[in-house]
Amino acid sequence: MTNKISDETIEYVGILAKLELSHEEREHAKKDMGSMLDYIDKLNELDTTGVEPMSHVFPVQNVFREDIITNGDDRAQIIKNAPGEKDGMFKVPRTVE
Amino acid sequence: MSILSLSATQLAEKIKTGEIKVVDATRAVLDQIDKEDSNYHCFVTVDRENALLKAEIIQKKIDSGELTGPLAGVPMAIKDNMCTEGLLTTCSSKILGNFIPTYSSEAVINLEAAGAVLIGKTNMDEFAMGSTTETSAFGVTKNPWNPECVPGGSSGGSAAAVAGQECYFALGSDTGGSIRQPASFCGVVGMKPTYGTVSRYGLIAYGSSLDQIGPIAKNVTDCAVILETISSHDIKDSTSVKRADTDFSKALVQDVTGMKIGIPKDYFLEGLNHEVRDSVLAAAKLLKEKGAIVEEFDLSLVEYAIPAYYTIASAEASSNLERFDGIKYGYRTKEFEGLHSMYKRTRSEGFGAEVKRRIMLGSFVLSSGYYDAYYLKALRTKALIKKVFDEAFEKYDLILGPVAPTTAPKLGESLKDPIKMYLGDIYTIAVNLAGLPAISVPCGIDSQGLPIGLQLIGNCFEEKKIIQAAYTYEQLRGPFDKKTEGGAL
Repeated sequence: MTNKISDETIEYVGILAKLELSHEEREHAKKDMGSMLDYIDKLNELDTTGVEPMSHVFPVQNVFREDIITNGDDRAQIIKNAPGEKDGMFKVPRTVE
Repeated sequence: MSILSLSATQLAEKIKTGEIKVVDATRAVLDQIDKEDSNYHCFVTVDRENALLKAEIIQKKIDSGELTGPLAGVPMAIKDNMCTEGLLTTCSSKILGNFIPTYSSEAVINLEAAGAVLIGKTNMDEFAMGSTTETSAFGVTKNPWNPECVPGGSSGGSAAAVAGQECYFALGSDTGGSIRQPASFCGVVGMKPTYGTVSRYGLIAYGSSLDQIGPIAKNVTDCAVILETISSHDIKDSTSVKRADTDFSKALVQDVTGMKIGIPKDYFLEGLNHEVRDSVLAAAKLLKEKGAIVEEFDLSLVEYAIPAYYTIASAEASSNLERFDGIKYGYRTKEFEGLHSMYKRTRSEGFGAEVKRRIMLGSFVLSSGYYDAYYLKALRTKALIKKVFDEAFEKYDLILGPVAPTTAPKLGESLKDPIKMYLGDIYTIAVNLAGLPAISVPCGIDSQGLPIGLQLIGNCFEEKKIIQAAYTYEQLRGPFDKKTEGGAL
């Protein structure tokens, strides 16, 4: 494997991905990511100098529309899906000390 | 002929003439589910009572002449990554295990308006990440042709449900082959339209620049009719394309005279099973005998599609799946200390291994310091791949090849080696990168008794050419089912 993923990198990616990995999962992830990156490195065989990155296959511009309400009041149904609810609002852990 | 063996459009015809009642067709598939789904596990949710209620309502509308379309009264199944109002929508993930959407996806709304009857939601790889339907949090789906084999994926439940006669047609979604490959493995027809043809509103996003919804059905005619029904310009999906040419059933014409078909030599190299190769080339020969101009050519860049795809799809997935945070819907961990611990534990417990693998990879390739080397490099590769297809379509109306290098693998074989599993997507993935339409049509049965799929790829917005050639091939091939003898069709 040419791509050696360090403990620091996995730690950092875990923060970005908001995932908490067990020791075993971390070791697995290091190996997995290393071999995937080795594989993706194949793209370096291609000379892409001067090629524009293509995020979209068709030329797209911002699509605007009038901000008109078309749906009804689904509040009660939406809240029903929440894991935590209080007084018709989402209940979340304390965010400000 | 059993009521279950009818195609969707045949059934609608018989409903229209009064020969079959909607409720009888609905009961027939629900009974088939009761009888068979414990073997195959195509469904995550079966909505029995509502389906029977809706069947009665639809029958009245057909009787009164309000509904006259070619899918009126036909029972359908929907992949569990499309929102259905009031009906559990899980993406086959623990993190959405209890999610009841308050709205339906646009494609489902279009089908319901046409009188199709929703009977349930089909199993899939978790968040559509996989090629076998084995990454589902709710158990694997088995292939009705051989329950020791996978049905393919990620729309494996939809393809198996159609093959097992547990519905008359289904919707799947295709990000890297997730409609075409399971259709191929299950001996049914699956079509991925041009990007932007079907609204993605209500489709739970995986790789937004690649995802498209499409039909999985018993034949090309059904596919064309379903696609015609679900195609719409939708202001709720900013990538939705306004098209005037979505009358796809008009292309159900048996004629390939003068049609130029290119066979990429690079699709027939090492790694392709010889029975698949022979079957696909026999199909090409059949089209040639009927007047198509068939020739081989070099497509090039084939081996770069998979690494480019996994970079782009994982990057988009890592961003799309940030919304699953244990606040608004779905699973929330039981024990945590503060907000960030809640996020992390919820996601770590709620997502399965393959989903976590792709979120990690996606977060990495988008992170500062690696963004240019990986993500932008993949987007540049995508531009090059699009260009080679553009050049091919200057010469050819269609590209013909296999759907997958092999027929359905045995259960439990694929997940051990992710990269090997990803290589199975080699013929389907470039189509998504280039936004092209493509179909999978059964073209043979191998010596193990498993179906083989033929892939026809068209230029953007040229579904009609695909449908015409696929329909012609299907007519020449004749009926295709489990009882068809041997591989020689």
